[in-house]
Amino acid sequence: MNNILSVKSLTKTYGHQIGCNDISFDLHEGEVIGVVGESGSGKSTLLSCLAGRLKVDKGSIKFKSRTDVKEELTEITEVRRRYLSRTDWAFVHQNPRDGLRMDISAGGNITERLMALGQRNYSSLRSKALNWLSKVEISTERIDDNPTTFSGGMQQRLQIARNLITEPRLIFMDEPTGGLDVSVQAKLLDLLRKIVIGLNLSVIIVTHDLGVVRLLADRLIVMKSGEVVETGLTDQVLDDPQHEYTQLLVSSVLQF
Amino acid sequence: MLKSQKNKYTKEDPLEHDEYNFAYLDEQTKRMIRRAILKAIAIPGYQVPFSSREMPMPYGWGTGGVQVTASCLCPTDTLKVIDQGADDTTNAVSIRKFFEKTANINTTDDTNSASIIQTRHRIPEEPLKEGQILIYQVPIPEPLRFLEPRETETRIMHALEEYGLMHVKLYEDITKHGHISTAYAYPIKVEERYVMDPSPIPKFDNPKLHNNEALQLFGAGREQRIYAIPPYTKVISLDFEDYPFEPMKAEAICSICGSNSSYLDEIIINDKGDKSYICSDTNYCEKRK
Repeated sequence: MNNILSVKSLTKTYGHQIGCNDISFDLHEGEVIGVVGESGSGKSTLLSCLAGRLKVDKGSIKFKSRTDVKEELTEITEVRRRYLSRTDWAFVHQNPRDGLRMDISAGGNITERLMALGQRNYSSLRSKALNWLSKVEISTERIDDNPTTFSGGMQQRLQIARNLITEPRLIFMDEPTGGLDVSVQAKLLDLLRKIVIGLNLSVIIVTHDLGVVRLLADRLIVMKSGEVVETGLTDQVLDDPQHEYTQLLVSSVLQF
Repeated sequence: MLKSQKNKYTKEDPLEHDEYNFAYLDEQTKRMIRRAILKAIAIPGYQVPFSSREMPMPYGWGTGGVQVTASCLCPTDTLKVIDQGADDTTNAVSIRKFFEKTANINTTDDTNSASIIQTRHRIPEEPLKEGQILIYQVPIPEPLRFLEPRETETRIMHALEEYGLMHVKLYEDITKHGHISTAYAYPIKVEERYVMDPSPIPKFDNPKLHNNEALQLFGAGREQRIYAIPPYTKVISLDFEDYPFEPMKAEAICSICGSNSSYLDEIIINDKGDKSYICSDTNYCEKRK
């Protein structure tokens, strides 16, 4: 299979506390994996380990680069990791304030990665910023406004544009719809689905919102107390949950 | 009181009794600062931390520059001190007097005959030559400070040459003002490696940083950093392809000496707001009169 990411027995502990324990899975190119579980189940720890934001205690993470070389992420240098994280990867934070520069205009936010890669033509940077603003459905007139003047949903879409401008291949999302009201959530999910499918992106999305994964994810990983308790195709896991925790999770969703 | 009974804490002018070391700082401190200076020269544009001393003047008055000057001074040196180009402003006068007193060295206003020039916010108009040392007073040495407040992060950015953020600032300038509006402390890249803050000199002076024959040293006392541009070093002012760097000065001539090429100070001459322009480099202006 064509795996962009292969995780083997990944373990991370905080002293005696288990962050996540013995986690293995493969992410295929163009696939969206949802990681669900309650608060404190180790979802975010897992995501931070994968994105290199936390040091892994044990296990291996293999990433296939653009040149088809398998890189062991637990062993790459800081230089390489930071290069990858602003070219090949994207990290969408739950709170857009963590992923944006709030005192820099929308255009500056979107093009920062390009400037970091050495692009030095103002006009072309600007047209790329305008292009991405319209892609994430923000009025192009807002290009010179600071994100502080944006609504929560717009900030989140701006964060996505800022991350996707370098055409990353692997996206990490940490509760991208958390803190947004439901109608804005729906719009954002719609947009995400369009972009993910359109650009054939590989995505790991961490959330506790089963609606989000039902809409976006191809496969699901269910976590509890730092362990994977169930994996499978999204509809299979959600419609026929096997593990008792998954059953509890699915039955806890409000039905209308 | 007999001289032998006097202890060193008696409240008389200590200088009369040679109680200060040459150029105020003790020899060990000067050695420490010289080591930092040598390291700074070896890695052009890199900010070398040093253990800055308390000086008998407030921060912001050039405590960094003074410590670097004190460490470079020899008894045979001739010192010139300028503040915004002028030899006769408070800051320049006090620092010159300070070294006249503590080092008993010769001082001058003449750029050409000075061996060491301590400056605040200007580079002299007269070209510097080999053997001279230009010492800058620096308030904030970190060019990325206002873009990234964490020192831990800016150090990593320097180490990994991640300077995209600097261009974000220039991008914002063009976006908000239609041109790069940064007029002083204009960011530069030294020897194609480190991005550096040239201290708050006007961007008019930036081209003089490049390939200068003199040794340029930068001292930040409060921030405890020393950095350097060795002689004949490549210095580039950051810009965009379609918005190139442009040095800038007032479109006028000096009303004293008539120079049309020197950097000018704007002076309001009456209550109606009429303006006059004069050279900011007083020695240059004096010589042309």
